[in-house]
Amino acid sequence: MRYMFLIYSQETDEPLSDDEIKRVRAGHKAVMEDAGRKGILLGVERLKRTSTATTVRMKAGLPLTIDGPFAETKEQLAGYYILECKDLDEAIEWSKRIPTVCRGNEGCIEIRPVDDLPKLNEL
Amino acid sequence: MSFDAKSIAETVFRQESGRILATLIRISGSFDRAEEAMQEAFASALASWPELGIPQNPAAWITTAAHRKLIDQSRREKVRDEKQDSLRYEIENLTTSNSDESDEAFMHFPDDRLRLIFTCCHPALKPEAQVSLTLKTLCGLTTPELAKAFLIPEATVAQRIVRAKRKIDEAGIPYVVPSADRLPERLASVQAVIYLIFNEGYIATTGDRLIRTDLCGEAIRLARLLCELLPGEPENQGLLALVLLHDSRRDARVSEAGDLIPLEEQDRSLWHSGQIYEGLQLVEQALRAGAVGPFQLQAAIAAVHAQAKTPGETDWPQIAALYGELMRRYPSAVVSLNQAVAIAMSEGLEKGLTLMDNLDAAELESYHLYHSARAEILRRMGRRNEAIQEYERALPLTTNAVEQRYLRRRIDELNRTL
Repeated sequence: MRYMFLIYSQETDEPLSDDEIKRVRAGHKAVMEDAGRKGILLGVERLKRTSTATTVRMKAGLPLTIDGPFAETKEQLAGYYILECKDLDEAIEWSKRIPTVCRGNEGCIEIRPVDDLPKLNEL
Repeated sequence: MSFDAKSIAETVFRQESGRILATLIRISGSFDRAEEAMQEAFASALASWPELGIPQNPAAWITTAAHRKLIDQSRREKVRDEKQDSLRYEIENLTTSNSDESDEAFMHFPDDRLRLIFTCCHPALKPEAQVSLTLKTLCGLTTPELAKAFLIPEATVAQRIVRAKRKIDEAGIPYVVPSADRLPERLASVQAVIYLIFNEGYIATTGDRLIRTDLCGEAIRLARLLCELLPGEPENQGLLALVLLHDSRRDARVSEAGDLIPLEEQDRSLWHSGQIYEGLQLVEQALRAGAVGPFQLQAAIAAVHAQAKTPGETDWPQIAALYGELMRRYPSAVVSLNQAVAIAMSEGLEKGLTLMDNLDAAELESYHLYHSARAEILRRMGRRNEAIQEYERALPLTTNAVEQRYLRRRIDELNRTL
């Protein structure tokens, strides 16, 4: 079963300390290497800051383009992994290892099972 | 004869449906298919037992019949749809030696009910869904019974259960006993569900009755089952001891008129000595294992209360020490409140009150027992007006009519002593 791990982090204007950067990088490196070795790493990306986000909202059938992310929240979507896992328990174990860039070891990972797309000719 | 068949089937359902369902879910990989097959098997039993007689082992008969229905169902699906799936693969393997002997072998998986408990109490499900699903599948409670027990519409219960089952299926919540390294965390989740069921029965959050013995009984049954299935975990014994010791006071806690009777006014001869005896033994046994946990400590506190023949004999210093230990290991606002009460009773009301004043009021301000505990101490100190004020603050914070009546009684008593 494929699971997407949505990484939610706090964006702050202060840059991270060198130690924090090291910790986060080492954490991701370990997850990517380990998942890669097991052949279950199906995708991983990092997103740019939400100050670069643009939202296009359909209003009364017309597209309205506005600056900013879909929702202003304390924690913002910062990146994702897609991993092939046996079940939710295995996915939960992986999520514990994925670092989030939040102060004080906080932040969260949302785990969502990935649905199968219908074949193109069935769409 | 037909009456016998019906009542025996009902008893089997009540006592064994959890076990039967747990096995059928393992075989079919689906809660819905398993439930359907079990229901059909019970229907067959009602139809055939009156004529053929009651089988020697009715539960085994039901499991075998339900298992056959699963196989039939899978064959029908196979004809309809030739695509392979894991269920069919497994069932094909099973049907190659389709004798009663192999059916018999299916029923002896003591792990099945454990798998079912861990799946129903998976932390990825909402707590209320965990509770409903556990009571429905393991205890065999029907949707109307659940609705009645929690005073919510049947449609709400049904929807909770449907959503929970769908999440189990779609999010891939496994039907397994967690591995040793995950067990403590997952076990805590199971214990929390059982305790939640007990508390909902013991101090009903709404309604005009204080205790719902049916829910307390189910919680005790589940706690007992957990002890039986994982006997090496002292917290399981702690939980069973705790619910037994609390439940032992059920007949003394409520007057004939349905009013709440506080611990110190209870007729202790109404306490159930059998449950107390079992509870005390379990506490002792658990603590000897040397892996203390929150349920064991709370059970130890309940045990100290249970051993006092009169309120005056209560060993409050011991209770204060146990709350101190609980606070040190598992700090919470509610524990600190109880510790302050125990200190008030053992070291002086003034000291207890000062401790309460210094607690983090933000968390406790909306907790009715915080205000009623303060009121209780102020009343004992003879500070009548302040006591009345605190009882009045507690009043709108509880939704249980029996607790509200108790608080009003206290206010009236104080007003009369003017």
